[in-house]
Amino acid sequence: MADTATVPAAPRAPLAFRLGASPAQIAALALVALFLIAFLVVPIVRVIQIAFTGVDGRFSLVNFGDFFQTSLSRESFWNSVYVSAMTVVVASIIAVPLATIISRFRFRGAALIHTLGVIPLVMPPFVGAVAMQLIYGRNGSINLLLHEFFGFRIPFMEGLNGVIFVEAVHYFPFILLNLSAALSNIDSAMEESAQNLGASGFSLFRKIVFPLALPGYVAGAALVFVKVFDDLATPLLLSVTNMLAPQAYLRITSVGVSDPQGYVISVIMIVCALTTIGLSQLALRGRDFSTQQRGGGGLARRKLGKGGTWLATAFVILTLLIVLSPHIGILLLSFGTVWSFAVLPDGYTLDHYTTIAREAGPYITNTLLYCGIAGFIDVVLASIIAYVVLRTRLKGRHLVEQMAMAAIAIPGLVLGIGLLRTYYDVHLPTGESLATFWGMLVIAYAVRRLPYALVSAKAALRQLHVHLEEAAESLGAGKFTTLTKIVVPLMTGGLLAGFVTSFATAAVELSATLILVTRPPDAPISYGIYIYMQAAAGRGPGAALGVIAVLVVAVATFLSYRLAERERDLKSREGVF
Amino acid sequence: MAASVSIENISFGYGGALVLNDVSLAIEPGEYFCFLGPSGSGKTTLLRLVAGFGTPSQGRILIGGKDVTHLPPWERNLGMVFQSYALWPHMTVAKNVAFGLERRKLSRAEINSKVKAALERVGLAHLADRRPAQLSGGQQQRVALARTLVIEPAVLLLDEPLSNLDAKLRTEMRVELKRLQRDLGITTIYVTHDQEEANAAAGRIAVLDGGKIQQIGSPVDMYDHPANRFVAAFLGTANLIEGKIESDRFLADGIVLYAVKAPPGPACVSIRPQHIAVQASGIGLPGVVEEREFLGETTRYRIKAGSHRLIVDEPHRRDIEPREVGALVGLSVDTKQVSILRG
Repeated sequence: MADTATVPAAPRAPLAFRLGASPAQIAALALVALFLIAFLVVPIVRVIQIAFTGVDGRFSLVNFGDFFQTSLSRESFWNSVYVSAMTVVVASIIAVPLATIISRFRFRGAALIHTLGVIPLVMPPFVGAVAMQLIYGRNGSINLLLHEFFGFRIPFMEGLNGVIFVEAVHYFPFILLNLSAALSNIDSAMEESAQNLGASGFSLFRKIVFPLALPGYVAGAALVFVKVFDDLATPLLLSVTNMLAPQAYLRITSVGVSDPQGYVISVIMIVCALTTIGLSQLALRGRDFSTQQRGGGGLARRKLGKGGTWLATAFVILTLLIVLSPHIGILLLSFGTVWSFAVLPDGYTLDHYTTIAREAGPYITNTLLYCGIAGFIDVVLASIIAYVVLRTRLKGRHLVEQMAMAAIAIPGLVLGIGLLRTYYDVHLPTGESLATFWGMLVIAYAVRRLPYALVSAKAALRQLHVHLEEAAESLGAGKFTTLTKIVVPLMTGGLLAGFVTSFATAAVELSATLILVTRPPDAPISYGIYIYMQAAAGRGPGAALGVIAVLVVAVATFLSYRLAERERDLKSREGVF
Repeated sequence: MAASVSIENISFGYGGALVLNDVSLAIEPGEYFCFLGPSGSGKTTLLRLVAGFGTPSQGRILIGGKDVTHLPPWERNLGMVFQSYALWPHMTVAKNVAFGLERRKLSRAEINSKVKAALERVGLAHLADRRPAQLSGGQQQRVALARTLVIEPAVLLLDEPLSNLDAKLRTEMRVELKRLQRDLGITTIYVTHDQEEANAAAGRIAVLDGGKIQQIGSPVDMYDHPANRFVAAFLGTANLIEGKIESDRFLADGIVLYAVKAPPGPACVSIRPQHIAVQASGIGLPGVVEEREFLGETTRYRIKAGSHRLIVDEPHRRDIEPREVGALVGLSVDTKQVSILRG
């Protein structure tokens, strides 16, 4: 033992080093994990658990048996699949030609098409649904004109057609944006080398352009499918109830929180969302070429012939009219006196706006409050996760990140049901149920939007070279000073963009909202629009409220776009590094 | 204020792989010391451990005699200049330079005068209100240097400081760095993979490879007396020949060197290309010219002698007739210049 006495014991490495992160970082991540477990994992597990529990309280498939034995349930399931698939088809009919025109040809209206791609996204589909009914419905403007001049009608809005039409007009930009991004990533040198080797015309398209553009298309199409499958408000406003989301909603709200069928449908919806995302990723495995080649200016743009220009112009104008029709419709409806069995409203008035000003103030302030808080929570949670994932070696950090990202596959309706069921019997000191407390709505918004905020935060932090932090540390700044003086100021742009995205999308969310709002004074603007729109007399004020919501989202979207631009500028000026 | 740096038995690894393996060295106060090695040799990791970015799995680091192994970077008072310069894009040049002083809670007046002096020292006082993105690469480098020196660090750490500059600026900055270091008398550690940079600047060099120190010494000393094959080949060009020593002779296939003073047994010798003279066939070792490159100052030949291909540099003069490829020549080696390698 004399040996050990002569060798001085090596000082033990500090705890922080062995764990790979400082105590503050560990505590922050633990809080985030706790939040996600409480408000995402537990509610979803609860939903799944109830779906698989029989009357005797044991594991059982009996609820699923019941579901598939009821003809209404089977019909609803197939209707949801049919509507989602047909929406992808109709959206593709709109989006594929537009994407082709902007990326393959020199076309003067290209900027117009880009704008076209963003316009529908600033208005949620359910807001436009009623206006679309008035324009394309059986006794809407278009069919009245058709009937008067040609003696026939087109059933745009009959039953499921209506849902497909409204959703396709709203969601086609997802395909347009993804596909045109994929097309512009194809280097013209790839096309030229194929031509050089003897390929041209259709074989060029089939062998080169199509396979290279496919990943973008599939990504967009899968997104559309999932979004439509989960949408609750649009079918409800069009009085279509024989689909999955409306069925789940009706079971929970009319039969009660304990009715197992709502949970069975929730599980089916999660499985469908996961299957779609999984299949699209499987189909694309090893085929994501977008990041391999850089610097290509996209495909060589050809000049369009006279006929081609004419055809393209006509198509773009027609699409523009259809895409703008819900916006125009909602604007007309908000200023119109009576609009029924007529091509246009009978007269114009500001009454609906005065009604809104009188009655709907709380809706607007609630939305600003809820979505503001939700956006703030998202930015904080996303920054913590991004920082811990990218800057520490803490065990379990990737698990927390995956938990946060999983929210993307959970329909709002399902999360709403899960939260309601989990927290219904937990009471606040005031005696109010935690599930119906307005704060729960904020949490639902925050959980659902977290993935988007996380993507922004990670991108912002990735741009920030770790040397910038180390330089501060070596000059005497501790972790906290480095965070406040260096990291946060440099991430501000990206974080603000994340905040605005969370805010804007939460402002028009209606699936979880419908489930969790019980008292109108607590309701946000999306709920207000829905309530007004349900009664014929409320359509005018509902439309006016819709216009206000669209303006809020449009301003927010514009702001986040500007922020992103500014960030890009800043980054490009740093190109000296 | 110049401090010594003492690195004692440092080992460091990332998940199983050992990046540094039992590294020890001592740097005197005021010394200009260089870590030189190829990429992956562990030189930057060693510098980062000195700076406090990471904790060694074994061993300790002393600065000015004080054990700093478990001290975080912000308590070490060292100045590090990063390869990317790491200037903060949201602050002006003056703000960047003032940052370290603000952390040290100096008065505003003191900070202002020190920032001004630091920027004057690097010749950038007129750019104090610019943003880093508005500066050229060389100017950014100077700001990074001013920001580091203004806190009067105990040791200056430079991580490949010239690698982002173009060739002309690089030579200029190299001279300027050396002048600054001499004027301030600050202990400096300079990391590079470029032996020319290391030779020109440093008083002493530690050559690293595979996470181990291969040799420590002055540039001339190591060039003339490389400790092993790696150092011989890494510092300049060397002909490494495997053979054996027998009664003061070195023997290899087709090569005999006389008057080699070393104990008998297997050995490897290192001969620099300029220490072999090309002569008429019949004098010295017989060889055949296989390739010839005219490089300006010298003509470089590749000459086959026995089974060995030797690189031979001949200083160029107008009155020397170049040897043709395929020509038979005689080679003579200046045995006093030959190194016998052990590792």
